Amino acid sequence: MDIQFTEEQELLRSSVQRLLRNQYDFDARRKIVASEDGLSRKQWGAFAEFGLLAAPFSEDVGGLGGGPLSTMIIMQEFGRHLVVEPFMETVVLAGGLIAQAGSDAQKRGFIPDIIAGTKIWALAWAEKGSRFDLAAVTTTARRDGGDYVLSGEKAAVIAAPWADYLIVSARISSSRDDRGGVSLFVVDRRAANLHLQSFKTIDGRRAAEVSLNNARGQLLGREGEGVAALEACRDRAIGALCAEAVGAIGELNSATLDYSKTRKQFGTTIGSFQVLQHRMVDMFIAHQEALSLMQHLNLSISAGEAGVSRLASGAKSKIGYAGKFVADQAVQLHGGMGMTDELNIGHYFKRISSINIQFGDPAYHLLRYARLDTAA
Amino acid sequence: MELALSPEDAAFRDEVRAFIAGNYPAEMRVPNPETDLSKEQMLLWHRILHKKGWIAPLWPKEYGGPGWSITRRFIFEQETTRAGTLPPLAFSVTMVGPVIYTFGNEAQKKKFLPRILSGEDWWCQGYSEPGSGSDLATVRTKAVRDGDHYIVNGHKTWTTLAQHADWIFCLVRTDPTAKPQSGISFVLIDMKSPGVTVRPIITIDGSHEVNDVFLENVRVPVENLIGEENKGWTYAKFLLGNERTSMAGIGRSTRYIERLKKIVKAEIPEDDPAHLEFVRDIARVELDVLALEATELRVVAQMARGIDPGPAASLFKIRGTEIFQNITELTHRATGNYGLAIREHPVSANHFMPGPDYGHTASEKYLNSRKLSIYGGSNEIQRNIIAKAVLGL
Repeated sequence: MDIQFTEEQELLRSSVQRLLRNQYDFDARRKIVASEDGLSRKQWGAFAEFGLLAAPFSEDVGGLGGGPLSTMIIMQEFGRHLVVEPFMETVVLAGGLIAQAGSDAQKRGFIPDIIAGTKIWALAWAEKGSRFDLAAVTTTARRDGGDYVLSGEKAAVIAAPWADYLIVSARISSSRDDRGGVSLFVVDRRAANLHLQSFKTIDGRRAAEVSLNNARGQLLGREGEGVAALEACRDRAIGALCAEAVGAIGELNSATLDYSKTRKQFGTTIGSFQVLQHRMVDMFIAHQEALSLMQHLNLSISAGEAGVSRLASGAKSKIGYAGKFVADQAVQLHGGMGMTDELNIGHYFKRISSINIQFGDPAYHLLRYARLDTAA
Repeated sequence: MELALSPEDAAFRDEVRAFIAGNYPAEMRVPNPETDLSKEQMLLWHRILHKKGWIAPLWPKEYGGPGWSITRRFIFEQETTRAGTLPPLAFSVTMVGPVIYTFGNEAQKKKFLPRILSGEDWWCQGYSEPGSGSDLATVRTKAVRDGDHYIVNGHKTWTTLAQHADWIFCLVRTDPTAKPQSGISFVLIDMKSPGVTVRPIITIDGSHEVNDVFLENVRVPVENLIGEENKGWTYAKFLLGNERTSMAGIGRSTRYIERLKKIVKAEIPEDDPAHLEFVRDIARVELDVLALEATELRVVAQMARGIDPGPAASLFKIRGTEIFQNITELTHRATGNYGLAIREHPVSANHFMPGPDYGHTASEKYLNSRKLSIYGGSNEIQRNIIAKAVLGL
């Protein structure tokens, strides 16, 4: 099931690698995370210039037509470098939703600015108590002239403090949990009656609690189709997050292997201890399996295969547990150094912890994988 | 589960319980005492226990201990941890104190022990170095005799709360030609000595608990040598034995499980399938605690009858730390999307923290507890100890 990458795809990978190697080493990242804004607009501009923000979009909206496989390539490299800029939120989540559900006018209006790197987006789907249920929405939307006005609270919206626009899920009718009552809306982040309370995330990003009190927004897609759109969006997001996780896992493994060959205790390198050798073999196997499953998932997403949503949940679970195992062991094998803020190991650990929360933890997706089988 | 107690011991337990309830300072009840309290605040409970005569359960009566039996020491440990009190600084009371009264001379006992009991001196531990983590015998910090002083040069690391310390007890190499374990001495160094520099190490939870300590041409009076020169390894091992005794952490794990149950109840509706998963996971870890607690009680009962527990401490360390890591992980998972947030350090009310109060320390506890399987002799080392000492491998 190994992917034969096209020349274009190989070119994309090597250009992302070159860009990040030159401009996004661990020290550069540390400075970005510690800065007032918490992201680098300059880097974001460079991503646009290199065509990364255009890569997955189809040509008819100004993209390069690379689809989910180009997202996969980019995200895997971003995972290796712990990139904090909101490619996932802007391009994969919002860009994907606009391309999938937006009107022609919305596509023409919004996507070019995403591609040019001039507008950043965030997706506000979660609420207090919703956990990972996309349909558990209590925020309301009411039609008012050609627009809608939204009221409610959205929780833990990653990248919201950086964003120019938010996509917000809200309920037009009926009760909480009713799938058919939810729609998506585009809201200007600087709109009146929209308020943000920002906070830092464990992996060095910025997020916010968003409260809307009759804030104006425009409908994205059709009324009542919000949950279905979000579900397809989540599948793509999982494909991207799994690629990012695999990138991080690979880096953790090679750093741990290098360390075990140089760190000496009891007169020899710790890599000569059999118990640690077996541990690292298991880490290697976890990486190989995660890589294969991640590629399989993204190929299926790319081909639009039926049953991809179940596969996405399966991959999110399996790769989530693999990432957790590798991250735990990488910290353990680095000893005290693995606990420090100074070394990159702990930062990979935190990014993997965060990936394992975004759009549902491994236990949630294990169950979803099982249940979708019963339903079939 | 409880030890079968005599009426006198049961009365003692009630007395301890009542004393904690009546005297534990309210201002020490903060979200995370290890990182949120100032030095003065940390010492409040220490001083109260000192006044009561309960500060050093381990110590013999002649040096200021309460003269408790093994059973009473265990009861005290159990009651204080169950109540979630911040234990007195282990480096002072549990570690260096016993080394001083066991191996120190009269002058050292007279000088240091009362100040440890009163909390006047804060001690930190100068064991680990960048090149010697679990393999302590490779200590490279050098002490060279110069008249009635040693000149000490070296770099200690992972030094917990050195930023507050008045004194550091150090392993130093006094005979570079001897075998690794035979050339080490145990010296006490005043942190105010010229040449001592403390540099913070920030850990992955963002907090400042540990430090690098640099020693550059530090002059240490020879009178601060404990026991004999080049015999430090014996004292160090004695001290490590104490470090590992109380790592089962039953009281703490029990409290955290209760909290976890409340969080799950508040966060996850019973008809959500995730609820059943959490119920199962919690039950599993509760049984882990129960089995470890039963083991601890069995060992305590044996010790009370004079039976040497052997390397039971390694078993407690392995299982106690694995259990607590598991609990903090489940707690982090239970907070759902808010597991993404983490408090900023130093903690201040100016920083916004989203979500319910009970989740505010979930991320930092989860991250911070990764250290447990590493420090105090990594869990791999503990398994080696059991393999060798118990299984004869």
